[in-house]
Amino acid sequence: MNLKISALDYIQEVKIGNISAEDFVAKTLEQIHNEDDKLHAFLSVNEKAVDQARDIDKKIKSGEKVGDCFGMPISIKDNLCIKDSKTTCASKMLENFIAPYDATVIRKLKQQDAIFVGKVNMDEFAMGLTTEFSAFGPSKNPWNNDCVPGGSSGGSAVSVSAFECVASLGSDTGGSVRNPASFCSAVGFKPTYGLISRFGLISYANSIEQIGPLTRTVKDTAFMLNMISGIDPNDNTTIDNKNEDYLSGIDSGIEGKKIGIIKEMIGEGIDPAVLSATKDAISKLESLGAICEEISLDMVKYSVAAYYTITATEAGSNLARYDNIRYGYDFPLEGYEFNSYISKARRNFGPEVTRRMIIGGFVPSSGQAGKYFLKALKVKSKLTNEINDAFKRFDLLLSPTVPVLPFKLGEKIDDPVSLFLVDINTVTANLTEKPAISVPFAISNGLPIGIQLMADTLQDKQLLQAAYALEQTVRLPEVPL
Amino acid sequence: MIGLEIHCQLTNLNSKLFCPCKANYRGFEINENICPICIGLPGSMPRLNQEAVKKATIIAMALNCSTPEKIAFFRKNYFYPDLPKNFQITQLNIYGDTSVGGTGSVMVGDKKINITRIQLEEDPGRLIYEGSSSKNQITLVDYNRAGTPLVEIVTEPDFETPKEVRDFLNILSDILENLGVADPSLEGAMRADANVSIKGGKKVEIKNIGSFHDLEKAVHFEITRQESLHSREIEIIQETRHWDDKRKITVSSRSKEEELDYRYFLEGDIPWVIIDPATKTKLISEMPESIVSKKERYVSKYHIPAQVADVLSSDKYYSDLFEDSHTESNAKEIANIITTDLMGLVDTREKREASKLTPHHLKDLADSIQSSKLSRNSSKNALHEILKTGKDLSIIIKELDLGNVSDESELSGIITQVISEEAQAVEQTRSNPQTINYLVGKVMQKTKGKADPTLTLNLLKKQIGI
Ligand SMILES: [Zn+2]
Repeated sequence: MNLKISALDYIQEVKIGNISAEDFVAKTLEQIHNEDDKLHAFLSVNEKAVDQARDIDKKIKSGEKVGDCFGMPISIKDNLCIKDSKTTCASKMLENFIAPYDATVIRKLKQQDAIFVGKVNMDEFAMGLTTEFSAFGPSKNPWNNDCVPGGSSGGSAVSVSAFECVASLGSDTGGSVRNPASFCSAVGFKPTYGLISRFGLISYANSIEQIGPLTRTVKDTAFMLNMISGIDPNDNTTIDNKNEDYLSGIDSGIEGKKIGIIKEMIGEGIDPAVLSATKDAISKLESLGAICEEISLDMVKYSVAAYYTITATEAGSNLARYDNIRYGYDFPLEGYEFNSYISKARRNFGPEVTRRMIIGGFVPSSGQAGKYFLKALKVKSKLTNEINDAFKRFDLLLSPTVPVLPFKLGEKIDDPVSLFLVDINTVTANLTEKPAISVPFAISNGLPIGIQLMADTLQDKQLLQAAYALEQTVRLPEVPL
Repeated sequence: MIGLEIHCQLTNLNSKLFCPCKANYRGFEINENICPICIGLPGSMPRLNQEAVKKATIIAMALNCSTPEKIAFFRKNYFYPDLPKNFQITQLNIYGDTSVGGTGSVMVGDKKINITRIQLEEDPGRLIYEGSSSKNQITLVDYNRAGTPLVEIVTEPDFETPKEVRDFLNILSDILENLGVADPSLEGAMRADANVSIKGGKKVEIKNIGSFHDLEKAVHFEITRQESLHSREIEIIQETRHWDDKRKITVSSRSKEEELDYRYFLEGDIPWVIIDPATKTKLISEMPESIVSKKERYVSKYHIPAQVADVLSSDKYYSDLFEDSHTESNAKEIANIITTDLMGLVDTREKREASKLTPHHLKDLADSIQSSKLSRNSSKNALHEILKTGKDLSIIIKELDLGNVSDESELSGIITQVISEEAQAVEQTRSNPQTINYLVGKVMQKTKGKADPTLTLNLLKKQIGI
């Protein structure tokens, strides 16, 4: 049994009866069992997965209608609610929280007969980009176990790249899908804001974040998008995409497409290996008929500061509900008055969340808002104008997903400011609501490099076509498990 | 000077502001009318009740407020146990006019009371305190109310006396009830805060006033308190006080509410709502007729006296009954029945709910009076019985033997008897025609009020020969 196949190949194999869902899922659980002590991608594993796969096999055999996923094993970031399952956000605050409902994306995947093999690791409440801020310990990069897998959807990227699932769902607030995808050599996609329902995604910075798939191929990402996108009455910010089929025409190529290379994203501090990979990507795209040209986006240099100000403000509000009164961890209320209780109970947040809560209480406060929060909103709006102008000239914008290679665990955890700069290439798509994708493109000294493509609002299909073209230009080595 | 902040629950809506739970939470077991959204479970998102936006817009229009084309919701951030998310989704106008209603006004008699703004927001849950002393006190939270659509109406400090406050509240209650958006008689459906200051003193905010009835009292108490301080030359400090509805006094709150920083920012989970001119036109066309217009119509079309029309139009219960029962010819009679006979019988919410009266009954009553089948006197008895049993008027007339004696031969017999018994009075009628009324009264006595008055009079005159 070969676990190292794409989602579309899995579906094909099951459909024609070469493999059974039960065997594949059992083998996947075995893989998790073998690899995860080392990698720590999973926070919980679905013990019923094999039984569920068997039920799907029965449906297939009896000729009953089967959902499009055919029992495909998928891992889910632990900030997405699955009914009756623990959803911890990798936080001690939610250590015992069992979601009483399904997120919309989960409901849709269940309807298509996907199987959730487990909930995967992340930075606590998605705040971080290394997965080191998980309250339950970091995940390891499968390419080099001394290195971070990226984050915050680190568990998603690790599980896809280490064959512990066929595909995964993460969430991307400032690069949290694309960054770990790049570090672990997976495809990571953040759609246009509103393309995928966030209902059931535990909010960190709700005005800019999106759920996004992590897969082994661009086609798999298009397939996953077909499964989970579309308007949802439970999320008022969703867009009606008229059941767009993102797979059809994915091989349309990029001949004649204009691609802008963002100067500010290949500037100071970029790793030479990343820079040369980027140049290689540009020339490969040009050889396919694309027209590449450098563009300067002045506001990008303020984007990270604006990003942290906005996300801290929203996080300060979104995480206020964790007062441990209605749900949470074991900490009795008796003997406390409300304010003293919550200030004690909320000490269970980890250091990064606490840091951002403090910033989030400060930057939008009266007297400070003008200096920080309102200024950040101004940057967001100017950046959006700048990007919109850029898309009048270009079909796509290109940059490396992360300017640096995966670094060692512990190397940057105590240096939040240098960590923040790792976000420089990814936050723009979130602040401007544009779709962006990270495509595995190179391996340098055994460490993956991803290339990021960005497209205009609701040009997700065109973006996937370009990503597919880029993906076809390289053949990357297999992960050394 | 007195300014008001009035909170009115949109109890007539089907669901809460952001979830499918019931807007009217009354009658549920504690924490029964809740769902992941209104108790703010992780991952839940607000789902805006568009109907609530429409109703709030209608209120704004009825209070002559400006209504912007685009409205937005904001988060008001503070920690409190009755707030499931530890922020309240509300509206404000500090970043441009994005609240459902802008400035407007209401006439109270000859005085114009200005409205500052109207905002749509979610009601918090309800705290229940148990335990006798502060040492063993525990606080329980019932979230049934959390997320109920609430319209906040903020006025300018235009009131000068508690009476003006009361008159305004009466008019406002009538308007809200007439619009069919709220039920002011439900407990807790209308709450208010008041800002009170007297000349030379600082502004005092009174919070937590649970009913309009108490609001007038609280304002009255507060003015008296401030005047008494002022007369003794004690400084009136700026503070927040709470209305203690058991002791009926205002009490200084030790809370630091004034120091709270709400960190307002846009609620990203709810996109801007567009209320374009077409939507507004449609809402206006669907709006119920205003109280003022009803009153004018009653006077001009049916010649109902202004005072009666006033009572009839301002109470939705009465005006609905009237609208559903009257015809061109019986309108005045029905107005009369409602404002003289019915009013005393259904003056509380409970009595109205228990009443079995239908518009059809009223129509029957008025028609029977007009066709002399029923005397005005008997109609009161019939009305009593209708309220209790809901039976058809014809059945009640039979059962209680209320029908007019309009049979000429039967009535003639009775009249002959009266004439023989009252020879002196009969004699007097010749010199003093008014005396005939005395004889009519006698006939009425004998018939227990059921004689047809007109017929009786005619027959008496005929027999006496005048
Ligand atoms: Zn609810």
